[in-house]
Amino acid sequence: MMTFSPQLEQKFAKMLTAYPEGKKRSAVVPMLIYAQDEVGSITPELIDEVARRCEVTPLQVDEVVGYYSMLHRKPMGKFHVQVCTNISCLLVGGMELYEHACKKLGISHKQVTADGQISLEEVECMGACSWAPAVEINYDFHHHVTPEKLDQLIDGLRKAQ
Amino acid sequence: MAELINLTINGQAIQAEKGALLIEVARQNGIEIPAFCYYPGLTLQAACRMCLVEVEKTPKLQVGCTLPVADGMVVHTESDTVRQSRKGMIEFLLTNHPLDCPVCDKGGECELQDMTFRYGAGESRFTERKQHVDEQQWSPVVFFDAPRCILCYRCVRVCNEGIGVGALGVANRGVVSEIVPNRHDYLECDECGACIDICPVGALTSGSYRYQTRPWEMNHVGTICTHCGDGCRTTLGVRDDKIMRGNNRDSSGINGDFLCVKGRYAFDFVEHPERLQSPMWRNAQGEFEPISWSKAFATIAETFTSVKARGGKFGIIGSNHTTNEENYFLQKFARQGLGTKNIDHHRTGDLGTFFDALSGKNDALATAGDLYAAKAVLVVGADLAQQHPFLSYQARANFRHHNAHIYAVTSGPVREDNQAVASIRVAAGGELGGVESLRDKLKAEGDLVIVFGDAIQGDGVRKLVAFGDSLGIPVKYVCLVDYSNSRGAFDMGLIPRDGGMSVQQMLAAKDLDVLWVVGANPLKNATLGSSNAFVVVQDLFMTETAKHANLVLPAASAYEKNGTVTNVCGEVQKLKQAVKVMGTKTDLEIMGSIAKEMKLNLGIWLPDKVFAEIRKTVHGYDVPLPVVDTGGAAPTMPLNGRVPALPGAIQSAGDTLFTSGSMSRYSKILNAVIESPGGLYGGKGR
Amino acid sequence: MPKKLYNEPSPLETRILSKRFGLENSESLATYLANDGFKAFRKAREMKPEEIIEEVKTSALRGRGGAGFPTGLKWSFVPRSSPKPKYIVINADESEPGTCKDRLLMEYDPHQMIEGILIAGLAMDAHKGYIYIRGEYRYLIDHMDRALAEAYSQGYLGKNILGTGFDFDLYTHSGAGAYECGEETALLDSLEGKRGVPRMKPPFPAVAGAWASPTLLNNVETFSAIPAIIRDGGAAFAALGTPKNGGTRLLCVSGHVNKPGVYEVPLGYPMMKFINEIAGGIPGGKKLKAVIPGGSSCPILKADECDIPMDYDSLAKIGSMLGSGGMVVMDETTDMVKVALRIMRFYAHESCGWCIPCREGTTWLRKILQRFDDGGGRHDDIGLLGELSKNMLGRTFCALGDAAAMPTISIVEKFAEDFEKRLARDRQMVAV
Repeated sequence: MMTFSPQLEQKFAKMLTAYPEGKKRSAVVPMLIYAQDEVGSITPELIDEVARRCEVTPLQVDEVVGYYSMLHRKPMGKFHVQVCTNISCLLVGGMELYEHACKKLGISHKQVTADGQISLEEVECMGACSWAPAVEINYDFHHHVTPEKLDQLIDGLRKAQ
Repeated sequence: MAELINLTINGQAIQAEKGALLIEVARQNGIEIPAFCYYPGLTLQAACRMCLVEVEKTPKLQVGCTLPVADGMVVHTESDTVRQSRKGMIEFLLTNHPLDCPVCDKGGECELQDMTFRYGAGESRFTERKQHVDEQQWSPVVFFDAPRCILCYRCVRVCNEGIGVGALGVANRGVVSEIVPNRHDYLECDECGACIDICPVGALTSGSYRYQTRPWEMNHVGTICTHCGDGCRTTLGVRDDKIMRGNNRDSSGINGDFLCVKGRYAFDFVEHPERLQSPMWRNAQGEFEPISWSKAFATIAETFTSVKARGGKFGIIGSNHTTNEENYFLQKFARQGLGTKNIDHHRTGDLGTFFDALSGKNDALATAGDLYAAKAVLVVGADLAQQHPFLSYQARANFRHHNAHIYAVTSGPVREDNQAVASIRVAAGGELGGVESLRDKLKAEGDLVIVFGDAIQGDGVRKLVAFGDSLGIPVKYVCLVDYSNSRGAFDMGLIPRDGGMSVQQMLAAKDLDVLWVVGANPLKNATLGSSNAFVVVQDLFMTETAKHANLVLPAASAYEKNGTVTNVCGEVQKLKQAVKVMGTKTDLEIMGSIAKEMKLNLGIWLPDKVFAEIRKTVHGYDVPLPVVDTGGAAPTMPLNGRVPALPGAIQSAGDTLFTSGSMSRYSKILNAVIESPGGLYGGKGR
Repeated sequence: MPKKLYNEPSPLETRILSKRFGLENSESLATYLANDGFKAFRKAREMKPEEIIEEVKTSALRGRGGAGFPTGLKWSFVPRSSPKPKYIVINADESEPGTCKDRLLMEYDPHQMIEGILIAGLAMDAHKGYIYIRGEYRYLIDHMDRALAEAYSQGYLGKNILGTGFDFDLYTHSGAGAYECGEETALLDSLEGKRGVPRMKPPFPAVAGAWASPTLLNNVETFSAIPAIIRDGGAAFAALGTPKNGGTRLLCVSGHVNKPGVYEVPLGYPMMKFINEIAGGIPGGKKLKAVIPGGSSCPILKADECDIPMDYDSLAKIGSMLGSGGMVVMDETTDMVKVALRIMRFYAHESCGWCIPCREGTTWLRKILQRFDDGGGRHDDIGLLGELSKNMLGRTFCALGDAAAMPTISIVEKFAEDFEKRLARDRQMVAV
C-alpha cells in the first residue's frame, strides 16, 4: 500500500466521490497523472495502488498507462521541458527551437540530463498555436520562445535547483 | 419470432430477422464477408475493417459486422470498391507482419494467409523498415510473437468475456500497441489456451505444440476429453500415432469454443514414460515381473473361476473414466459372470438420491445447453470455474448473451460472483439455508437450473428438489460429479445395490478373496483389510492401488479407445480412438478376454455391440443413434423409478482446474504451469 | 488588475463570447455578474426545457469542437424523460493542431461556460457535469477548480441553485495526453478510466454516453455561447452569422501572419480580410501559399482558394472544413513536404491503434514522408501517398483516419510541385 502527501490524499478522496456510485474506475487517469507528479513516474507499485483505489485490476490500469503520452514509466527530470514542433510552431521555428534545446541540454527526446534535473520532450500541439513557438516546462506555458529566451529559461531552471 | 425483413445481397433476395448482423445474414446465405475481429459470441469491435461492404444509399462503405439488416437494404459485397478496400486493408496489415509463412507455426491454418490469398494483392508496395519485437514466452504453454499480431482483440475478449479471467490487455498506443499479459511479462490465468485457439494468426502459439509439425501432416480426431465430467470435445491432432495437440478445431462439441487447460494440453499423460506397457505379476520374490497377456488372462481366469467355484468373496471397483460399454460389461461380468453384488466406484455426487428425488419427473435434468438458455442459474456449494469450467463458461455466456440471472450459494468467493445478481456466503453445511434465503427472488424467475455439488447429499438433495418444486417455475438440475464418466459409471450400475458392498466396505473387509480394480485408485489414501486377497488392477500407471496388486494389466486411456461416455449433465457422447499405445489393451478387451478365458458368455465385447445392449437395457439410454454416431450429444432421460439408498461414502475428489485424479499427476503440462491448485472446494485432487 | 491578454484584440472583432476578456478580474464571479452574468440562467429557469432547446436551435449554433453539428439538434437527442441520470460532459480536450481558443474561454471567463452548462442542465434535466480538460492544461484545471469553488460558495453550483430547487454538481477531470480523447466517445471511455478508444455508434452518447447514461457532450466554446443565446435570444445570435451558421466564433490564427492570435468574428467573415486585416497580413511582404482553415485535420487550401467567407457551408463547398477554428497560414517559402510530414507524424503518434487502416496507414505514410524528406524520395511515392490516404479515407473506425488522410491528399494533389522539386534536388545532389 502506498500513501501520498496529505494534500494529494485529500484530492484523491474528493476525486473518488465525484463519479457516480460504483464508478471509481473513472478516477484512474487523473489519479495516475497527479500521483506521477508526486512519485516521479508510474511505478508498478503505483499501478497496483491506483488499481486498488479504483477497484480495477492492475492490468486495467496498466493498459491506461501505456495509452496516454503524459504518463511515463521512467522518471523524467525535475523540470520537464516540452517543446512543441507541431505545424503552427514548426512554421515559426519550433523545430529549430527543439534542436537548440537538444544541443543546449545535451539530451534528446525523452532523455534526462545526467543530474536528473532536466528532461526534454518533443511534444505534439499543446494549444499555444497563436503564440508559437511554445514550450511547456512542467505545467507552465511559455509563448513566443526564441532560442535566446529558451537559454534564459533553462539557465533559470538550473539556478532554481 | 422476430420480424422478418427483405434485403438484397449481391443481387440475391434474402429474408432475414430484422436487426440481425449483416455479416451473419450473409454467411447464413452462403456469402462470405471476410473479417478478423468479428467473432460470433464475443463483443463487436469493428476494428479490422475487412468487412466493409457497399450499401446502396449510404455514402461510405459500411461495417458488415456491426450493421443490423433493415428492410429494403441493398448490399454489395463484391463490388470493385469493396474489393479494392479489402485489398487495401490486407496491404496495411502486412506492412508490419512478417512475411515468413513457410517458417511460421500457423502456416496452413492462418486466417491472414487465407485472406491474403483470397483478397489480397499479389505484390507489396511497402518498402519501409518493419518494426521488430522479440518473441515472448508468457507461460509454459503460451508464447507471443508481437509482430505477427494483427490486433483483432479476439484473445483479449475470449479471456475476459468467455473465460471470465481478463488476463490479457492492450498496452501502448497506435502502431506500437501490443497485447500484454496481466503480469506484464507472464500470464497468471487459467492457462486454458483459448487465446491461442482464437488467434487468427501465428501471434499466440502453444508451448506444447509449436514448431513440431505442420497442421496438414496431422489427422484431426474429435473425441471427448477424459478429465472432468463436463464432456467437452477436444480435437486431437495426431501424427505418426502421437498426439501433437488438443484444440477446438471445429468448435463442434457441446463446448463450442470452450476448452480448458486439461482438454487442450493434458493429453500428454498418454505418452508418459511410466505408462504400463506390459502385464505384470508379482514373482516369487514379491517383485513385479512382465508376463504375456495370455499368461495374465489365464492366471486371472483360473483364480476367478476357482474363487467363484468355492463361493469366495469378490470385490469389484470400477472407474469413472472408463466407457459406458466397459462399465456395463464390468457390472455384467460381476453380476452374471461372477455372481457378486459387490461392485462400486468412487462416487463423487449423490446421483442415487438425486434420481430418486426426481422420480416421476420428466425433463428435470439440465443439459449443458440449458445452462446457456435458462433465465436463471443457481450454483450451490461448488466452485464451477475450478471444477466444472465448461459449466461455468456456459452460465457466463448465458449472462453475457441473455442477461441471465446468476445466483451463487457458496462457502467463499467464486467466479460466478462477477455475474451474480446475488451471492450468498454460507458455512459448509449451511447451503440449504442460503438457498432458502433466495426463495423470493427465484420465484420471480422464468425458469431455473440448479447446479449443486457434493455438499448437498442424502436428505439435502431431497430438500433441494422439494425447494425447487415449491418455486412454481420450471426447474432443472445438475448433480455435479467429478470425472469424464462418473455419470455413466452410476447409470451402468457400478453401484452396490441389492445389498452389495461399497468401496469402503470392500477395503475394510478382512475376507475378500479377489479385489478387481478397473481404472481406479482406491488405495491412494486407504489400506486394504484383506491381506490375502488376490488383487487385479487395470490401469495406465503404477498407482498406489496397482502397487498392491498381484497382477497389473496395462490399460488404454480414453484417447486410445472407442466407446461412449456420459457427461455430468447426462449427455452421451462418443469417444474416438486417436492413438494406440503399444502393449496396452482397452479395458473392454481385457474384460472380454478374461470372460472368454473363463468361458463365460457375456456377449460380444465390441463397443458398438455393447452399446446396442445398453440402449436396450439401461433405463434412459435409448438415445437416438444418429445423434451419437455423428458426434452429437444425446441427453439421457432421468431414471424414472425409485432408487434405494446405497451404502458407502459420496465425496468429490476436490479436483481443481489443474488436477484430475491420477491422470493429472502424469501430465507434464499440468504440473508445469505456475498457477497453484486452488479454488474453494479444491486442492485435494492431485 | 486588467489581465494582460495573450494577444491584442482587434477592433474588427465582434466580441460576444470574448466580451469580458481583458476586464479587471475577468475570471471572477463578481466581474461576471457585473457584466450580464447569470442573466441567461435566470431567464432559462423560467423557460420550459423545450423552449431552451428551441432557442438554441433558432440560434443556428453549430458545434465548435470541429464537426459543426447543429447544437440545438444535438440537445434534442438527449431523452430528458429517461429514468437514468443524465450527464453533461464538456469537451475541453482542445488538441487539434492550430487551436487554442478554449484555453482563453476558460481562463478569462470560466463562469460564462459554467452558466452555459447549467442552462444545458436545465434543458436535459441533468444534475452532474464533467469538464474533461487535457492534461497539458493543468494550470487551467486548477483555474477551473477555483472558479467552481467560487460558484459553489456563492450558490451558483450545488444544491438548490439560486433558490430554484435545481441541483447541479460540476467537476473537472484531467486527461493525460491523447489527441484521440477529443473524439467524443473516446473522451467518454477516458472519462470512465479506460484507454481513450472511440466507441461504436450507435448508440450515440445522447442515448448511452457516460456510464451508459444519456449524455450531452459539447465543446467549451459551444457551452460558452449559450448564455448569450438565451440572454439575447437565439435569433439575435443567428443574425450575427450567415444562414445555418449562427453567431460568432473564436478563430485562432497562427503561422505566417503579423498578428497571430485568437479573434472573435461572425461566421461568414471573409478569410482574406481576416488574414490581411485582423491578423495583420503576411510578414515581410511575402505571398500567401496555403491555409489550413480549421485545424490540421482540414484539407489544405491553396492561396487562390482563400477568397471565401468563413462558414461551415462555404468551406464544405470547396472540399474543406471550418473545423475547430485553428487557421494556419503559410507563406510562399513553406516547404509542403515538411508540412505533410509533420502533420503525419502527429497523426501516427496520436492514432489510438484500434483499427487497421488508421494504425498501419498513418505509420506507413509517416515512413514514406520521412524518407522523402530525408532525401530518399521516389517518384512513385507521390502517387502512393495519395492512394494510401484514400485507402484510409472513410474506412477507419473514427474520424482520426480521415483527419490524417484529408490534409495529405490535398497537399499531394495541390502541391505536387513541392515534391517534384525535392526529387529534382535529390537527383542533383546525387549527380554532384
